[in-house]
Amino acid sequence: MSIKIFVPGDSAALALGADALAKNILAEAARRNMAVELVRNGSRGMLWLEPLVEVQTARGRVAFGPVSAEDVGALFDANFQNGGKHALNLGLTEELAYLKKQERLTFARVGITDPLSLEDYLAHDGFQGLRKALTMQPAAIVQQVTDSGLRGRGGAAFPTGIKWKTVLNTAAAQKYIVCNADEGDSGTFADRMLMEGDPFVLIEGMTIAALAVGATQGYIYVRSEYPHSITILNEAIAAARKAGYLGPNILNSGNSFELEVRKGAGAYVCGEETSLLESLEGKRGIVRAKPPLPAIAGLFGKPTVINNVISLASVPIILDRGAAFYKDYGMGRSHGTLPFQLAGNIKQGGLIEKAFGVTLRELMYDFGGGSASGRPIKAVQVGGPLGAYLPESQWDTPLDYEAYTALWAVLGHGGIVVHDDSADLAKLARYAMKFCAIESCGKCTPCRIGATRGVEVMDKIIAGQDTEAQVELLRDLCDTMLNGSMCAMGGMTPYPVLSALNHFPRDFVKKIPV
Amino acid sequence: MLEQLNEKDFGTPRRIAEQEVTLEIDGMQVTVAAGTSIMRAAAESGVNVPKLCATDSLEPFGSCRLCLVEIEGRKGYPASCTTQVERGMKVRTQTPKLQALRKGVMELYISDHPLDCLTCAANGNCELQDMAGVTGLREVRYGYEGENHIHSQKDESNPYFTYDPSKCIVCNRCVRACEETQGTYALTISGRGFESRVSPGQDQPFMDSECVSCGACVQACPTATLQEKTVIELGQAEHSVVTTCAY
Repeated sequence: MSIKIFVPGDSAALALGADALAKNILAEAARRNMAVELVRNGSRGMLWLEPLVEVQTARGRVAFGPVSAEDVGALFDANFQNGGKHALNLGLTEELAYLKKQERLTFARVGITDPLSLEDYLAHDGFQGLRKALTMQPAAIVQQVTDSGLRGRGGAAFPTGIKWKTVLNTAAAQKYIVCNADEGDSGTFADRMLMEGDPFVLIEGMTIAALAVGATQGYIYVRSEYPHSITILNEAIAAARKAGYLGPNILNSGNSFELEVRKGAGAYVCGEETSLLESLEGKRGIVRAKPPLPAIAGLFGKPTVINNVISLASVPIILDRGAAFYKDYGMGRSHGTLPFQLAGNIKQGGLIEKAFGVTLRELMYDFGGGSASGRPIKAVQVGGPLGAYLPESQWDTPLDYEAYTALWAVLGHGGIVVHDDSADLAKLARYAMKFCAIESCGKCTPCRIGATRGVEVMDKIIAGQDTEAQVELLRDLCDTMLNGSMCAMGGMTPYPVLSALNHFPRDFVKKIPV
Repeated sequence: MLEQLNEKDFGTPRRIAEQEVTLEIDGMQVTVAAGTSIMRAAAESGVNVPKLCATDSLEPFGSCRLCLVEIEGRKGYPASCTTQVERGMKVRTQTPKLQALRKGVMELYISDHPLDCLTCAANGNCELQDMAGVTGLREVRYGYEGENHIHSQKDESNPYFTYDPSKCIVCNRCVRACEETQGTYALTISGRGFESRVSPGQDQPFMDSECVSCGACVQACPTATLQEKTVIELGQAEHSVVTTCAY
């Protein structure tokens, strides 16, 4: 029997030397006259263990990590290909607590399969959702998605089924499916990991969406910073099309759906759906006024489903296993799972797919193992650069859309960035304004001028210049941005700023030198 | 003076529809054609909602955020130029909260604008000046030392008008007039965020660009940014006549 070895081809693993490692494994195996089948799988999401090498044994897959190219000789000496003893041997992958405690629905195959093997995808329940959808009426597909309780995973948490229903019920000669893969939130990587680790599930989700609303053309808008995702998606689309899962006659059903990848040009605001559509049309990426909603007049003015990668990739399992199966996960009105992305000052960063209801404390300590610096954790930013900073008193609140709204915080796309007690929240509040100033599209006044003034006001506060008046001005400015901005870019910048100010007021008062 | 020139601006273009919609604006019943903006419905009934980026010769854009209103049962403060009327809607155009928001927006505008109103070519015919008055702006707490465009270079290449970026409020009216009124597409906005400025072509002078000197942008400009050279030289017109020339 040939030896099967897995070395992730995921960007995170590549950044840590996975290509050199894979090359060394093949060379060493050849030197030892061993037949090795090398699979470049996706990442398991345990980023501190990357590159995480796995070997197929009779007992299951055994993990080794983090492995460097120089470790290869010693690993072969230790008979690692059969799960032999070695300091880097972590045991059976499936038994690793970090993975075992997760509920992987959307990421069920990521890290397990060969991302570009259609055969592997089919062997792991691939295209079962699409096959079911092909037997259903469009309205019934939409109903399944509605019943599942799936809400937009990009951050806005709008019910996916309701969005689809609007597109379905809007008559038009042409409709579009657009996937928002412009994942720009700091500390997030779920979209990237999914596109690189299981591209077919996204293709399947988008095809189901097309059947549900009557669309024949789809686009995946990927940020230019994700070159590997773009390559993998293009290869996966070509393979799916060749096998009849995409194209003019999907699985001989008479339904047609074509899919293309489009590359962004480096603007955070193009993750905002209307800017994304403008950019996709070849225009400047500036926000459109809503209404009209994209579901009624979206891409090129046509009814358009625009969903985040994770929303679309969660659809196949909903169709395959049924709405009730998916809805059963989670709490309150937050159904299903969210791939949380643990980053920042954390010992064990990575992707944790859990049902809604888990707490920050569980994620940071049970999974994350506390701060990387070993110092006490002070503040956690949840939901990207426009998300609130949460103090310790809020770490036991369940991660649930409504519970977070009540805290004046957001779950967003599930990004969690941890800061230890050396963090200065006034400087982080300044950074939030700076980020908005850099990334503002420049269309509406509160964001275009407000963010720049926000940086200047924060500079005065940090310098201890007329603090009381400047803090009052900062609050007024935040109110103008929050209630006056056209989109969430300027509208949510006050979240990190005001949460920092309200929860960590001492950081905003200049320490008087002794 | 100059009543004839400054005809009432309803903010957004007139819509023609068989269906009529009745709604309530500031306690008054108003009936307009379906598809009409709240801003226009208000203007037609004598309620002038503050505005800068809206003008009734151009499609609504929604960028200045002065025309925000409150709609009963709806979250937030939608822009009245981009929000269409709906049957039974109850709109308020003047509340303490709206006044505070408008003043906040105005404070931002003026923090990046030269304070030379009395010697400005648009003095007496400037919508920014009007709005500073309407919103009751009394101070700019940000000061004037921050980042600004006050020293931006003027473009005087066109023989008929001058482009002064220091006075630009990035309302896009000129860009939209070039597209919608003239169909020339000579203008765009270059840069993003605070750096956004009107640009003929790819940062070209007006004369080197695709501009055909039609004047649609100058007419659409609410400030002195795009100003006729004769006005700069002679001052605002004291009377006007109707002629047939499109140029």
